[in-house]
Amino acid sequence: MSLSQQVSSDRQLARLLQIGIVLEEVVEARAHRHYQSLSDDERVLDPEIEALLSHAADESAEHRKRLEALIEDLSVDSIPFDEIETLVEARYGQTKPEDFDGVLYDQLCNEETAYKFYDDLIEAIEASDAEFSVDREQLLEVLRTLRSEERDGAEEVTKIMEKRE
Amino acid sequence: MNTANQYLKAIYLIQQQEDNPAATGRVADMLDVSPASANEMIGKLEDRGLAEHEKYKGVSLTDEGIVRARDALQTYCIIERFLVNVLDVKNFREEARELESVIDGTVAERLDTIIDRKPECPDCFDPEMDACACLDVELEAEPPAD
Repeated sequence: MSLSQQVSSDRQLARLLQIGIVLEEVVEARAHRHYQSLSDDERVLDPEIEALLSHAADESAEHRKRLEALIEDLSVDSIPFDEIETLVEARYGQTKPEDFDGVLYDQLCNEETAYKFYDDLIEAIEASDAEFSVDREQLLEVLRTLRSEERDGAEEVTKIMEKRE
Repeated sequence: MNTANQYLKAIYLIQQQEDNPAATGRVADMLDVSPASANEMIGKLEDRGLAEHEKYKGVSLTDEGIVRARDALQTYCIIERFLVNVLDVKNFREEARELESVIDGTVAERLDTIIDRKPECPDCFDPEMDACACLDVELEAEPPAD
């Protein structure tokens, strides 16, 4: 055991970006599952939630692509993600939210967790003086965009939750 | 997880192993930092009500410090299990140490949903091996840090 430093190498950065991809994968899988679990009647009754979940799944897929592009530019061996996708999908294949409140609460947790992850990662990169094989400013710009979209997503869910109270 | 949490985790594990307050020198050795750095952080932990330091005896965690240390240990276990079970990382201990300062407890909780953690966690943690004992891998002791 030793005291860990901030982000200091391509390998460590790539690993953190991979964790970001898995988190996005989890968000996407859960949003998709929740969306599928809404019955036809419910979808008619609640287009707002349908739109929210559909948007969340699309946004997570987009975030994953942006993270994958960053990893490709780093000097590390890439790891295939098919297995992770299968694993996450299998994990959520069984679960169903109990009601709308459960769906929204879960979605809020997803967005907030992803926001926290990007926020910590940005802070760690800013605190590090390591040289990465990707442009630091470009890297931070991508991560700040993702963080901002997660914050917007959390606010969106919160608004809907408040309206429903 | 921040640096303070890493200290809390180290003190907790030493106390568990020795059933006594943790000597500052051992904390410094475990974290591979200088005794002066360890003393400084232990002072901060005392100020925050997370630890108590008694001269010539060592440092003990308060109840609040123990809760924080166990949370930190659980986060560490989750990171190790995630690296092994999901990403198939061989040097998972080394990488877990690198990641723990960046992965927050709330993020770890989300990762936890896909790793099949045992209910006994974090008591499953083996400080000698610096690894979760429930991992389905053959563990070998790591060489000491340089």
